[in-house]
Amino acid sequence: MENGNASPLRAARARLWLLRLPLPRSLTRYLGRMLFRFLLTLQGIGSFALITLGVMISRSRVARRVIRPLVFQEASRAGLRLMPMFLFMAAALGLVVIGQTVSWLTRVGAINFLGTVMVVVVVRELGPLVTALLVLARVGTANVIELGTARAMGEVEALEALGIDPVHYLVVPRVLGMALGVFALTVYLILGALFSGYLWAFVQDVPLRPGDYVRQLAGALSGLDFALLAIKTFCFGSIIALVTCYHGLAQPLRLEEVSRATVAAVAQSVIACVLLDALFIIIYLVT
Amino acid sequence: MTQPLPAQAAAPAIEMTNVAVGTLHDPAILVAENVNWTVRAGDYWVVGGLQGAGKSDFLMLAGGVMPPQRGQYRFFGEPMPIFEDARLKTRLRLGLVFDGGQLFNHLTVAENVALPLRYHRNLGPAETGAAVGELLACLELEPCAESLPGAVGYSWRKRAGLARALALQPEVLLADNPLGGVDPRQANWWLAFLDQLSRGHPLMQHRPVTLVVTTADFRRWKGHARQFALLRDRSLRVLGDWAQLAAANRDLVRELLTDGTQTE
Repeated sequence: MENGNASPLRAARARLWLLRLPLPRSLTRYLGRMLFRFLLTLQGIGSFALITLGVMISRSRVARRVIRPLVFQEASRAGLRLMPMFLFMAAALGLVVIGQTVSWLTRVGAINFLGTVMVVVVVRELGPLVTALLVLARVGTANVIELGTARAMGEVEALEALGIDPVHYLVVPRVLGMALGVFALTVYLILGALFSGYLWAFVQDVPLRPGDYVRQLAGALSGLDFALLAIKTFCFGSIIALVTCYHGLAQPLRLEEVSRATVAAVAQSVIACVLLDALFIIIYLVT
Repeated sequence: MTQPLPAQAAAPAIEMTNVAVGTLHDPAILVAENVNWTVRAGDYWVVGGLQGAGKSDFLMLAGGVMPPQRGQYRFFGEPMPIFEDARLKTRLRLGLVFDGGQLFNHLTVAENVALPLRYHRNLGPAETGAAVGELLACLELEPCAESLPGAVGYSWRKRAGLARALALQPEVLLADNPLGGVDPRQANWWLAFLDQLSRGHPLMQHRPVTLVVTTADFRRWKGHARQFALLRDRSLRVLGDWAQLAAANRDLVRELLTDGTQTE
């Protein structure tokens, strides 16, 4: 490794000056610089993701008894502890979707499609996306602040001084834990929403027996749905973790910059998740 | 320059050749250039400098946290900094104590001290108990073992930083301004403890530890440290032992030898 690029965390530093320049008045330049900023951020997060992946693989056997408890801790933080909120969200989501669609479906005599609507809306789209955004709001923000403060307080240098890879110790458990957390929460959210959806339909006197409802759901689901749901939620979780860790860790921060980093991380995580979601819609449309 | 010891066959602990030192926050800003410095095993160095002279950045470089901007820095013959696993063993022969301790704020003091042991030896929390307990007892840190760093006083955080750096039994210990911001009793404790480390402490199996500390006041190190250097005007000047320091160009070292009450 070359001297100048020895630490992966310092690679982002050279790009920083461009990000800090004030915006020019001319609109074309403004747009051009916005585009460049976008590309630089994309490049930064992309290389950070690759570094993390590399560390995850190359150090999979290093210090397992330190890293594994951390993964569980993060998974519980990004999963288990959000369960009460997600049960509430599941009930609300079921009500919203069923409440809106039932009246329309009965009017056009298409109540047989209730299960299909639930699958298309909740399983494929809303479930994963709502989960990702909620986890981002509750855990992602805390992540940036925690790591940004640690960075500003010199804890990253302290890790390096002890020969501990900061990416291995700080980033890898968060990526794994959040991917696991988003996946598990999405599954619970979807199950809860499907159940509460039926309850609301039942309350609205829709002539639909539980057996028929389940049959409709099963008919609308394909094997691909399960696979894509798993891939999608793992991607959402990793993206949120990577973007928030990148903003907290990858650049040298001072304490006063932590709030700006948090705002940027949240905005970029939302954009990244929505873009990824759009990508999956294409897959659904093609297959 | 220091006189090389005759019986020194192995590579020197620290060998800097024409090194340029950047700052941690902006490597392009240099705090020292053309640093030529050799630390041999068993040395006890004090690097003096006023605030802003770049003592901390210099020590961060020596501690392998950041790379030299120019020149070469070898630690026991290995080019620093070391981030690869293959050479990690050499890297761990060096311990670095930060000015404010730089403890991990989400871990208790005991967990902070245990972390390097657990990470590098792949141990569970229970298995490090004995080693950590011994360290904490030796550094009188037992009362705050289970506290988070935020709840512990500054000088005790500093001491916990020392405990953490000693956990892996380094052969070379760098301490950033250990006497800065601590009361006289703490300062005396640090001087006595560092002396003991330099001679060979039971904690380190009586193996003498090579020491490098930074300071803004040379006088307190009289009779303790054996080699002195001065960081000033973007260069590191090696002054020699205390007699040579006292005889050195007075302008250079005067500020670090006078106490605050004297004005000229």
